[in-house]
Amino acid sequence: MKKFKEKLSGRIFFIFALSSISVLALITVFIIVKGAPIIAKVGFFNFVFGMKWSPSQGEFGIFPMIIGSVSVTLGAAALGVPIGICCSIFLAEFAPAKMREFFRPAIQLLAGIPSVVYGFWGLLFIVPFIRNFFGGPGLSILAGAIILAIMTLPTIISISEVSLLALPRQYKEGALALGLNHWQTIWSVLLPAAKSGIVAAVILGIGRAVGETMAVIMVLGNAVAVPLSILDPVRTLTTNIGIEMGYASGEHQQALFATGIVLFVIIMLLNSFAQYITRKR
Amino acid sequence: MGSVERFSHLLTRSAKRKQDFRSIFSRSEKIQQFNIQHSAFSTAVKDRLRGRLAVWLRVALAVGMCFSLALLGGCGRPKTGVIIAGSTSVQPYAEVLVEGYAVLYHDDAIDVQGGGSSAGIAAAESGTADIGMSSRDLNEKERELWFVEIAKDGLAVIINPNNPLTDLTINQIRDIYSTKISNWSELGGSPAKIHIIAREEGSGTRSAFESLVMGEAEISPKAIVQDSNGAVRQLVADDKNSIGFISLGLVDQTVKALTLDGIVPNRENVINGTYSLFRPFLFVAGKEPVGAVKQFIDFTLSPNGQKLLEHEGLISSAIEGIENEEI
Amino acid sequence: MKTNSRAGEKIAKLLIWSTALFVLVVLVAISAYILIKGLPRINWHFLTEIPRNMGRSGGVASTIVGTLLVTAVAIIIAMPFGIGTAFYLAEYTKESMITRIIRFSAESLAGIPSIVYGLFGFIFFVIYLNLGWSILSGGLTLAIMILPTIIRTSEEAILSVPKVYREVSFSLGGTKWQTIIKAVFPSAIRGITNGIILSVGRSVAETAAVIYTAGSALRMPVSLFSPTRTMAVHFYILAREGISLENAYGTAALLIILIFLINVVANMLVNRFIAKGR
Repeated sequence: MKKFKEKLSGRIFFIFALSSISVLALITVFIIVKGAPIIAKVGFFNFVFGMKWSPSQGEFGIFPMIIGSVSVTLGAAALGVPIGICCSIFLAEFAPAKMREFFRPAIQLLAGIPSVVYGFWGLLFIVPFIRNFFGGPGLSILAGAIILAIMTLPTIISISEVSLLALPRQYKEGALALGLNHWQTIWSVLLPAAKSGIVAAVILGIGRAVGETMAVIMVLGNAVAVPLSILDPVRTLTTNIGIEMGYASGEHQQALFATGIVLFVIIMLLNSFAQYITRKR
Repeated sequence: MGSVERFSHLLTRSAKRKQDFRSIFSRSEKIQQFNIQHSAFSTAVKDRLRGRLAVWLRVALAVGMCFSLALLGGCGRPKTGVIIAGSTSVQPYAEVLVEGYAVLYHDDAIDVQGGGSSAGIAAAESGTADIGMSSRDLNEKERELWFVEIAKDGLAVIINPNNPLTDLTINQIRDIYSTKISNWSELGGSPAKIHIIAREEGSGTRSAFESLVMGEAEISPKAIVQDSNGAVRQLVADDKNSIGFISLGLVDQTVKALTLDGIVPNRENVINGTYSLFRPFLFVAGKEPVGAVKQFIDFTLSPNGQKLLEHEGLISSAIEGIENEEI
Repeated sequence: MKTNSRAGEKIAKLLIWSTALFVLVVLVAISAYILIKGLPRINWHFLTEIPRNMGRSGGVASTIVGTLLVTAVAIIIAMPFGIGTAFYLAEYTKESMITRIIRFSAESLAGIPSIVYGLFGFIFFVIYLNLGWSILSGGLTLAIMILPTIIRTSEEAILSVPKVYREVSFSLGGTKWQTIIKAVFPSAIRGITNGIILSVGRSVAETAAVIYTAGSALRMPVSLFSPTRTMAVHFYILAREGISLENAYGTAALLIILIFLINVVANMLVNRFIAKGR
């Protein structure tokens, strides 16, 4: 009886594992199968670097959207990374215990706020702010970058903080013993030592920013042209799928799946990079 | 966000290991240790699993296929009511019709969904929706489906109330949207870049605008794209340099509707034909409607239904008698 | 030299403190704004009536039910498969190329944008399998979306259980199954539950994947095949189309409170569980 239970439990786990893996494989295969034909038809370079996206005329160049995704993400990183690292240093080194108790859960909670709420808040405050002080329609790369920076802060802060805290105490004690003051310790010893964790945090944050759809669909303006300044409206790979998904059919639909493949590849590259960085310690 | 937990585990684990367990086996070695200790047990399990692998794969595949086949062909999907999907322009009016229908027939099992005209037509064709809503004319291929016009709706070109302009010609609007005219100063206003706002490609409103105003010219790819009438209206209300087009019935005091060649956009002018921007609201179905679907469509075309639509700002198209009476 | 470094330290400290406070202010501003505008709207009527007139009046009862049902379907499906897979990978297989590939794939799939899952769900569940816009379509799509996360977090939790636990269990004559149930699972349950709470939070807040699979119908759902609108989708539509900002804020406030409650209650339950076990 015991043996039967053993065999049964082993098999049940195996079935679960097999099913899960087949489902995940199903998605991957489905997306690739649906998207590959259009890439083959249009040509890889024409698809990825094509400047014109006009499905009704059979033009499927996603380069404007790639530029959109890249510029918005880079903008978000440029704003979010310095601020995030500063905050993580604050939490790890400077915050009094009571404040830490409050700050950390607050950040976790804010990670739970739905992205649509962030997007709407951005529409209410950031967009008019940009329109009135910087010009342009307000719906812009800048608006998207600001909102995404705010949204990825929790990720960057938490993981960086953990990396800093995971450092052996000897690092800090040694540095202080050598006569460095607090800030010098942080700057020249702790940060470099926690570098791999912090870089992983940043990459994860970037991964989240690339994948964000709903928050940015409200503040980016969704124009299909290549942006010429950060005040121009723009469309990302994700918002492109979001806007056109409902009615796309035939080649148009294939092109959206192909965009999904591109996103897949980008995420995989980011993840491998993050894993490589964290392993290499 | 699970990555946070994962990374903290990864980092604290490796940090601890570095400090204390430098000499202790790596994980794979530990597992090997286990296997050596319990080799009899584990190889027995592994052999069984490997041997069973082929069998289980076939079973899993068969089960999977049965499942999907059953869902695909056999039982289909239990009906939970009539499903109407499509144009976001038609949607609010469809909702009004549903509420009216529910009062009259005590049947409220109707669900209304957005998505855009093209999405609605596609859904009707594939059977995902019982009725598709469209705010534009059907093209060649789509005309093979069953359809009926339930009302006419005007298309208004709107600008911000603070914009001094009040009138434009269709040619001027076309030039604005194709960016031939790009600054308000070219139209007599104060110098500022014109922010053009359009709907998404699958929108019936956009298609109607393209065929009625743009003709051969294309809407510039630089245009800001929003996915509903309400969003366009909100944007135009906030941005004093913007211009957009929405359903006539949705114009309110937050925006200003332009007169076209001096013609005021309102129901009367659409009916008497002087205001040329209007499009049909259509109900599309994959097959000839029967049962509850037919009853709802009949209600929509009935005097009661048409009165409801007129009350909301649309122009009735079903019964000539009503039109003449209203005027 | 000393005064230089002193000044440098002071400036750095100032910078750090101000950044942290700035972040705090921004983050509080966002949630406070929504809560302040939205809480007044929440009352008994709001919670028990369904939306009328496209959401201009009435409440959000159907969206609450819709959200709960879709999330429940997702969790009920993803939990056993995810945790089972994690146990299988951690306990029954050796570290090999295949497990590394599986782990990497799960990691990547966990990072795929939710809109791609929405696209897949729309084409596969709604159209291809003819499930239509329904709670089932939405729940299945979400289940697939959170599956990789549950697998990864559960596996991490299981692997963090010290080898000693298993060794002791085996040496006492326990079988693999007994070891898993009695020695590994209770220690790993904290991490596993964390992963599940994260996934539940993500499902509740999800919009992109749900709007095209569960639909946006306003009626109270009658079965798993009914289309429904979740609170996040309802908020998006109300806010976007300017239908009713008041109700939008109310919905958003309710959503934030719900997510908060999920976190708190789940943590409480886990603490209880663990305290009991010890």
